[in-house]
Amino acid sequence: MSAYLIADAISVTYANGVEALRRFTLEVKRGEFVAVVGPSGCGKSTLLRALAGLIVPSAGQVRLDGHPVTQPSHQVGMLFQEPALLPWRTVEKNIGLPFELGNNASRLPPGDATWLRRRIADLIQLVGLSGFERAYPRELSGGMAQRAALARALVTEPPILLLDEPFGALDALTRETLTAALEGIWRASHTTGVLVTHSIPEAVFLADRIVVSTPRPGQVSGVVEVPLPRPRAWEMERLPEFVEAMQTARSLLRAACCATTTAETGRDVTARAA
Amino acid sequence: MSAISQASKLRSGAQASSGAQGKHNAGPRWRIWAMRMGPAALFMLFVAAWHLASLRYPPFILPGPAPVAGRFLAELFSGALLYHTGATLSEALPGLLIGALAAFLLGYPIAKSRLADRLLSPFIVASQGIPFIAIAPLLLIWFGPGAAAKIFLCAIVVFFPIAVNIIAGIRSIKPLLRDLFRSMSATHWETFVKLELPAALPMSLTGLRIGATLSMIGAITAEFLGTDRGLGFLINQGRGLYDTELVLVGITATVITALCIYGTVRLAEQWLTGYHR
Ligand SMILES: Nc1ncnc2c1ncn2[C@@H]1O[C@H](COP(=O)(O)OP(=O)(O)OP(=O)(O)O)[C@@H](O)[C@H]1O
Ligand SMILES: [Mg+2]
Repeated sequence: MSAYLIADAISVTYANGVEALRRFTLEVKRGEFVAVVGPSGCGKSTLLRALAGLIVPSAGQVRLDGHPVTQPSHQVGMLFQEPALLPWRTVEKNIGLPFELGNNASRLPPGDATWLRRRIADLIQLVGLSGFERAYPRELSGGMAQRAALARALVTEPPILLLDEPFGALDALTRETLTAALEGIWRASHTTGVLVTHSIPEAVFLADRIVVSTPRPGQVSGVVEVPLPRPRAWEMERLPEFVEAMQTARSLLRAACCATTTAETGRDVTARAA
Repeated sequence: MSAISQASKLRSGAQASSGAQGKHNAGPRWRIWAMRMGPAALFMLFVAAWHLASLRYPPFILPGPAPVAGRFLAELFSGALLYHTGATLSEALPGLLIGALAAFLLGYPIAKSRLADRLLSPFIVASQGIPFIAIAPLLLIWFGPGAAAKIFLCAIVVFFPIAVNIIAGIRSIKPLLRDLFRSMSATHWETFVKLELPAALPMSLTGLRIGATLSMIGAITAEFLGTDRGLGFLINQGRGLYDTELVLVGITATVITALCIYGTVRLAEQWLTGYHR
C-alpha cells in the first residue's frame, strides 16, 4: 500500500529566520499510527502544522492521498498542545464547533440535529466526560479540557488525526491513563494517526512506527518499528518488544543530540581560530 | 496577627457555626459589615459633612442637603427634572451608540491590520489631545443649536476609550485559537462571529461602561453652550439665577443618570460574560 499522508522533504524557516525543519520526510500509510519523537524545540509542532496545512513549507511538499496540501482541510482533525477550548462555550457546544464552521454543516446527515446531539453525547461518554456536558472550560481540569478537545477533533470523523503532545502538560499518572484511553479511542475511530511527543514510552505505547527527529532544525534521524499487538496496555511495558523499541529510539535520540553538539562545538572552535 | 483581629476572627467563627454567616472567607465581622453597609455609611458621612459645612455659608453659596433634597423632589414631581433628564439622555445615548459604532468600525481594522494601525492610530491618539470643551462651540456653529451637535460631541468623547478596549480585546485573542479556527476551515465571517466577537466582548463592554458615563459629561458640556433643555441647561440656568439649589439638583440628577447607565451596561456585561465567573 502506498503512503496516504506524505511530508516530502519539507523545510520550514520562520519569518524571524529560525529554521525549524530541514528536509523532513514522513510517510504515513492509511490506518497507521506514526509517532514523531524529538527534543523540545526541534520543530514537532511545526511539522504537525505543516501536515495540517496551517503553514506551507518553504521547500518540499505535503501530500494527502496524492494531492498537495496548501490549506487546512476537513480531512484532518487536530489536537493542539493546549486544549484551545472557547471559554464562552460549554463542553458540548465546544465539541460541536467543527460542524458550525467551513461548510461542515452541509456534511451533517440531512436536517439531523438529533444525530449531532447523539454523536456529541457518544463522544462525551467515550472520552469520559459524562456529567460535564454543560460545564464551561474554566470548570475543567487540564486533563478534562484536553479530553474535550479530543472529542472535538473526532466529532467530524476526520480520516486523519494529528496529535501535538496532547497530554504533555499533565502529571505522569493521568498521562498514562489518558494515553491508554487514546489508544482505544483511536482504534475505534479507524483513523490514520500522527502523534508528536518527546516521551518515548508514550510513542512506543501508541505507535506502529516511531520517527526520531534531531534537535532543531528537525531532520529524520531514524525509524523504529513497534511490533506490538493491539489493543495495547501498560502491562506490555515489560515485553521485550516494548523494551527494545524504547532502547532503539532512545539511542537514536541520543546519537542525534550528540552529533549536533559536536558539530556546533566544532564550528565554535573554527570560529575562534579564525 | 494582632490580638484584636484574632478575637474578631474567633467571633466571626462562632457566628458562622451558629449559622448566621454561610459564606467562606468573608473575613472578620467588621469587614462583612463594611462590605455590606460601607457605601451607604460613607454617603451618610458625606451628607453630614455637607450639612455641617452648609451651616457656615449663606444658601446661595452652599445650600444644605435637606433643602436640596426638597427642591429635587419638587422638580421631580413638577415633571421638569424628568423632561430635562430625558432631553440629555436623548443626546447621550445616541451619542454613545454612534461613538461605539465608530470605535468598532475603526478599531477592528486597526486591531487586525498593521497598515490600518499605522495609518489611523496617530490620528486617533491625536484626537484625544483636543480638549472637547474647545470643539463644542465649533460643533454648535456647524450643526446649530439642535441635538445633532450634542450627539456628535458625545460620540467624540466616548470614542477613544471604547476603541482602545475593542482593539485590545481583539488583539488578546490567542494565536492558538486562530489556528484552531483555521484548521477547521472557518471563513472570515465565521471567525468574526464565533471567535472575534465573543472573545473581544468582555473588553469591549468595559470600554462601553467607561464611555457610558463619559457620554453624560459630553452631553452636558454641549448643553452648557446653548440650548433650551437638558440637565446642562438646567444647571446653567441655576447658575445664571444664583439658584445654587437648582445647580446642585441638576448635578445630582446627572450623577444618578450616569450611575443608571453604568449599572445597565454592567448588568448586560454580567449577563453576557457570565462564563467568566
Ligand atoms: N511562529 C513562529 N515564529 C517564529 N519561530 C517559531 C514559531 N513557531 C516556532 N518557532 C521556532 O521554531 C522552532 C520549533 O518550534 P516548534 O514549536 O515546532 O517546536 P516543538 O518541537 O513543538 O517544541 P515543544 O516540544 O517544546 O513543543 C523553535 O525554535 C521555535 O522558536
Ligand atoms: Mg510543540
